[in-house]
Amino acid sequence: MSSRILHIASNTFREAVRDRVLYNLIVFALLMCGAAILVGQISIDIERLVVVNLGLTAVSIFGIVIAIFIGIGLVSKEIEKRTLYTVLSRPVRRWEFIAGKFFGLAGTLIVNTFFMAIGVFAALLYVSHHFQASDAGVLVALYFIILQFLIIVALALFFSSFSSPLLSAIFAFALFIIGTFAEDLRGFAALTHGAERWLATGVAYLVPNISALNVISQVAHGEPVAGQLILYNTGYALLYSAMVLFGAILIFEHRNLK
Amino acid sequence: MKPPRTVTVAASLLLIITLAGSTLLLRQVDKVRRGATLQEVLYISSPQALKRLSLGYSGLMADIYWTRAVQYFGEHHHEGASNYALLGPLLEITTKLDPKLLVAYEYGSNFLSAEPPLGAGQPNEAVELVKHGIKNNPDQWHLYYDLGFIYYMGLKNYKAAADAFMQGSKLPNAHPFMKIMAANMAAHAGDLQMAQLMWTTTYESTKDKEIRANAAAHLRAIKVDKDVSALNAMISRYENQTGLTPHSFAELAQAGVLRGVPLDPLGQPYKLASDGSVEVSDPDDLPFITRGLPLGYKPPAKPKLLPVN
Repeated sequence: MSSRILHIASNTFREAVRDRVLYNLIVFALLMCGAAILVGQISIDIERLVVVNLGLTAVSIFGIVIAIFIGIGLVSKEIEKRTLYTVLSRPVRRWEFIAGKFFGLAGTLIVNTFFMAIGVFAALLYVSHHFQASDAGVLVALYFIILQFLIIVALALFFSSFSSPLLSAIFAFALFIIGTFAEDLRGFAALTHGAERWLATGVAYLVPNISALNVISQVAHGEPVAGQLILYNTGYALLYSAMVLFGAILIFEHRNLK
Repeated sequence: MKPPRTVTVAASLLLIITLAGSTLLLRQVDKVRRGATLQEVLYISSPQALKRLSLGYSGLMADIYWTRAVQYFGEHHHEGASNYALLGPLLEITTKLDPKLLVAYEYGSNFLSAEPPLGAGQPNEAVELVKHGIKNNPDQWHLYYDLGFIYYMGLKNYKAAADAFMQGSKLPNAHPFMKIMAANMAAHAGDLQMAQLMWTTTYESTKDKEIRANAAAHLRAIKVDKDVSALNAMISRYENQTGLTPHSFAELAQAGVLRGVPLDPLGQPYKLASDGSVEVSDPDDLPFITRGLPLGYKPPAKPKLLPVN
C-alpha cells in the first residue's frame, strides 16, 4: 500500500477517534455487564446463549451504524469543508483518496470490534466460568461481522462519492436490509422464467449477500461453521468490497469537483 | 481535469473481474449453505413471535414464508425426497401470519397429504392445516372440498370425507358437485368410480400444472385398472367357452372376441404375457396403476407425471 493511502487511512482513523466514535464501547460494555449479571438472575440456563446472541448482535448493529454514518460523510464532508481540495492539490490521486478513506474506516471498525470482542469473551467467562471449544465459533462470527463491515463501508463510500449524506445513508441502509434477504432473493429469482429470470438473478447477485455472513444464531447454539464457508465468505466479501470500491473510484475520478 | 485514462480502464476492468469473482464465490457459498436459510428462519418457529416482529407487516411476511414453503417443497420434490420435515412448520407460520392466504391452505394441504415423493405423506397435518383455514375462512367451499379429499384419499376416512363435502355443499356459493360428492360418498366410498369422480373434480378445479398432471395420471391409472379387470374377465370367459388359452390380443381379435388390439389411455397397446396376464406396454408412463404391471416391475423413485395439454 502506498504511503499516501496509509496517511489518508491513518488520518481517517484519527478523525473517527476525535469524533468520539469509540465512545460506543462504553455503551457496549455497560450492555454486556448488564446482560451477564441480569440474565443469570431472571432466566434459566440460557446465560451463555444470551451473552453470545446479544453480544454479537450488538457488535454487528453498532458497527453497521458506525460504518454507515461515518462512511457517508467520508467524501461529502471533505467537499463541504473544502479540505478535499487541499488534499487533491498535493500529489494524491483521487483513487488513493478513496482507498485511504476505506482502509481508515475499516481499520476503525476492526479496532472497535476487537475491544467489543474482549467484552463478549469477558462476559462469557463471567457466566460460564470457563471457555468451551465451541466458543471458537464466536470468533468466526466476529470475523464474519468484520467482513460485513467491509462491504457496508465500501457501499457507504460508494454512495458518498456521488450523493448527499442523507440519501447515501438511506441507500446504504436499504442495501444492508436487502442484503439480509439476499438468499431469498436468489431463491425467488430461480422461480421466475424467461427475461424476468435473467433480470431477477442479475439483481439478486448484485446486491450484497449479508445473510451468509450472519452465523450468530448458529454459533450461539454451539454449531460449527464449515471451513469452506469461511473461505468462500472471505473471498466473496473481499471481492464484493473491491468491486464497490472500484465503482466508487470510477465515479469519483469522473466527478466534477469545481 | 480529465481523469487519467489508465485509472478509468484499470478500475473498469477490475470492477468487472471482481463482480464475476464475487458472483462465482457466492454460488459456492450457496452450495455450502444449501437449505441454511430455511433452517435459520425456523430458529423463530413461533408464528406469534414472528407476527410481532413483523411490525404490522405480517401480510408481506406471510407472502415471504409462503414462497419459502413453495421453494422448499419444489426443491425436495425435484430431488424425489421422502422427508419434508420443514414443510409443516413453514405452512403453519405462513397461515398463522396471514390466516386469509387461501393458496397456502389449498396447495399446502396438497403438498402435505400426497404420498412421498409426490408430497410429504402427512395427511393428518394436512387436515389440521385445512381445518385452520376453514376456521378463518368459513365461507370458502374449496377448503371443505380439500378437507374431504384428504379424508378420502389420504386417510380413507369416508365418513369424515362425506361430512366435509356435506358441510361445504351447504355454503351459498358452493359448486353443485359438492352435493353430488356428498351423496356418492355414502353409496360408493372406496369404489374406483368415486375415486374417478374425485380426481376429475380436482383436475377440473385446479389451475396448477403439477396438480393437474397428478390428477390426470391418477385418472389414467383408474382407467387402466378398470381396463385390465375387464380384459382379464373377458379372457377367462374365452378360456371357459373355447378351452383355449389366447397368446395375443390379435388372436382374440381374429376370433371376433375383440374389435382390435385394446389400447391404454396413452394409446399404447395392452400386451398379453405368456402366463395369460394383461400388461401395459410402458408402465413408467402410467404411474399409480395397480393392475397390468409386468412381473418383477420396479417403479421409478419419482413417478413420471406427463405434462397436461
